[in-house]
Amino acid sequence: MKDLMIRGADIVVKTLIEENAEIIFGYPGGAIMPVYDALYDYHDKIKHVLTRHEQGAIHAAQGYARVSGKVGVCLATSGPGATNLITGLADALIDSTPLVCITGQVAAHLLGTDAFQETDMVGISMPCTKWNIQVRSAEEIAPAIAKAFFIARSGRPGPVLIDITKNAQTDFGEFNYVPCLGFRSYQTKIEINRDDVQKAAEVIDAAERPYVLFGQGVVLGKAETEFKAFLDKTGIPAASTLLGSGALPQDHPNFVGKLGMHGNYAPNLLTNQCDVLIAVGMRFDDRVTGDVKRYAKQAKIIHLELDPAEISKTVKSHYSILGDCKDSLALLTEAVSQNSHEEWLEKFRELEREENAAVVQHDITPTKVGLTMGEVIHQVNQYKADDAVLVTDVGQHQMIAWRYFNYKKSRTQVTSGGLGTMGFALPAALGAQMFDFSRQVVCVVGDGGIQMTIQEFGTIMQTKAPVKVILLNNNYLGMVRQWQQMFFDKRYSFTELDNPDFVKIAEAYGIKSQKISDRSDLNEAIEDMLIHDGPYFLEVVVEKEDNVFPMIATGCSVEEVRLS
Amino acid sequence: MKRYTIFVITENFIGILNRITIIFTRRGINIDALTASESRIEGIHRITIEVTASEDSVIQLVNQIEKIIDVIKAFYHEDDGVVYQEIALYKIPVSKLDGGLEKIIRQHNAKIIAAEPDFVVLELSGHKEQTQELLEILKGYGLLEFARSGRVAVAKRMHTIDSYVK
Repeated sequence: MKDLMIRGADIVVKTLIEENAEIIFGYPGGAIMPVYDALYDYHDKIKHVLTRHEQGAIHAAQGYARVSGKVGVCLATSGPGATNLITGLADALIDSTPLVCITGQVAAHLLGTDAFQETDMVGISMPCTKWNIQVRSAEEIAPAIAKAFFIARSGRPGPVLIDITKNAQTDFGEFNYVPCLGFRSYQTKIEINRDDVQKAAEVIDAAERPYVLFGQGVVLGKAETEFKAFLDKTGIPAASTLLGSGALPQDHPNFVGKLGMHGNYAPNLLTNQCDVLIAVGMRFDDRVTGDVKRYAKQAKIIHLELDPAEISKTVKSHYSILGDCKDSLALLTEAVSQNSHEEWLEKFRELEREENAAVVQHDITPTKVGLTMGEVIHQVNQYKADDAVLVTDVGQHQMIAWRYFNYKKSRTQVTSGGLGTMGFALPAALGAQMFDFSRQVVCVVGDGGIQMTIQEFGTIMQTKAPVKVILLNNNYLGMVRQWQQMFFDKRYSFTELDNPDFVKIAEAYGIKSQKISDRSDLNEAIEDMLIHDGPYFLEVVVEKEDNVFPMIATGCSVEEVRLS
Repeated sequence: MKRYTIFVITENFIGILNRITIIFTRRGINIDALTASESRIEGIHRITIEVTASEDSVIQLVNQIEKIIDVIKAFYHEDDGVVYQEIALYKIPVSKLDGGLEKIIRQHNAKIIAAEPDFVVLELSGHKEQTQELLEILKGYGLLEFARSGRVAVAKRMHTIDSYVK
């Protein structure tokens, strides 16, 4: 019997291996040292990436999870190590990213005594985790981790945290791993209600101007094929949310653009002209709806959604199909009639031409001297691979990169959507790249956001992850400056930045770098970067006071989308 | 704004009450009263929450509560959908006792459950309106201490916990 007893720390690592975790992003410290000691013995079975900050570790785990479709794993010590994970947990919860985070905790007998690096991690992380638990004995470790992986990846995915006291890591216990397949308080398999499907199909068939909005649910539900089949059969125009981008190739004839505050003109405007609105795996975020009181009031709304709490949360739906959209879309496609909506699609195309003339021309073939963010992304499109991943931070560059990046494959979009976390991109790109060194990972970041997690250049250096980082530098916190210009009488209150020599910083980390500010250098610079074997940093000096349009200002309706 | 009773059927998991209450905190909704107890099935607890809010926000609260991994089921009722009871205790100094109090005790169906040299404790079970009425009267008798429980309630609907526990 004694032979079967192993250290709790070994149980942690062995369970992670059983759960097919290939890589851990983490940072050691006192209360997690036994687990790090165990990792030393298993380095041939499970990789570990030492980031330069725990926030970097969790964003890297998020980037890895979003690209791979697997659960991202993150390891940190107690106290400050653990609290540094909070932003990433909140980000992963709102963007439905599956994560298992393991934090060390002081020994059980010290809990509640304000011991060194003790913090109430279960309490602090409760509002920003899908589930969490504290483990105080070695025996509880394997069941807790197995349950954590199941919860993180099933249903609507999300982050889970396990806080393991130090004594549980050093004590001996039996290794009793059994995979978790479900439990009574958490039902993950939802049987699709056929009547709901039938009713929705009738409404769709009778519609004259039906319109589909799709979100990340299509990607998370691995329903890309079913979704495309639905559009092929019905001929309905479809627009994507920020996180839904990539679920449908942009060259699909029914794809009409992107939704939201800085999305495309037609998809926003025509939301208030459709007669049936079909929302698939999206949650009517306020950045998508604008003023919800004036949102699609004329339309019958059909919501295909896995999470019951999302149905009629902000926008009341008239019909809903609860369940995995992979199942519901397949049934719905079967139930609807073959159709086409050429005239209605043409309305989108008309407005698209208006947007092209008023905005896109300026953005990608500018007449100004300074480079625009749009033309940089446009050039990336010319050279990128079809399955290149775009990782962005938060702000103007994020919106522009999203607007102009040509999404062709699913799981190529990694950005902080719901939380809007500046500093996300650099570590997330590293994590995305760690999944597959042969994939192109393009990280587009602003001069504000990069400085929030710039230390992760160190992790890129150490892992040699061939991330291509494009810094779009306008020496401003650009999105805030844009709002100050538009809504605060150009009172640029604390938005201008005195920046360091970024190229020198990147070079100090041994990353090949280049800085350009002339249009004539752009083409070659992008090409050089993308063919370079290894990490690359390209700083592009862009127009200082350029704005992102179209725009739906806060409090406005989708039909009040502005082109300038 | 109306009074609603929210029922939560849940696993007995450390921190579950915290997970539930932060849903109210985040939305700035006050919990009027809350009681928790083991249900008739071992290991399954029931929490009864009384809240004054619009039906729309109660629906959102219930949806969010039910989303908690260890919660088995959550639902809500208006007052006429539940049978409920609260208990109140009143501590009165002996020096204030007089003939009038006997009448009050009889009228309200209250009872004396403890008598000490310095004070007596009255108990009344009922709805808040009833216990409140007695409270107002006893304030005139030098009331020393008053405590009222949250509501314990059962739904009128013929549904059993077993149907939620698979």
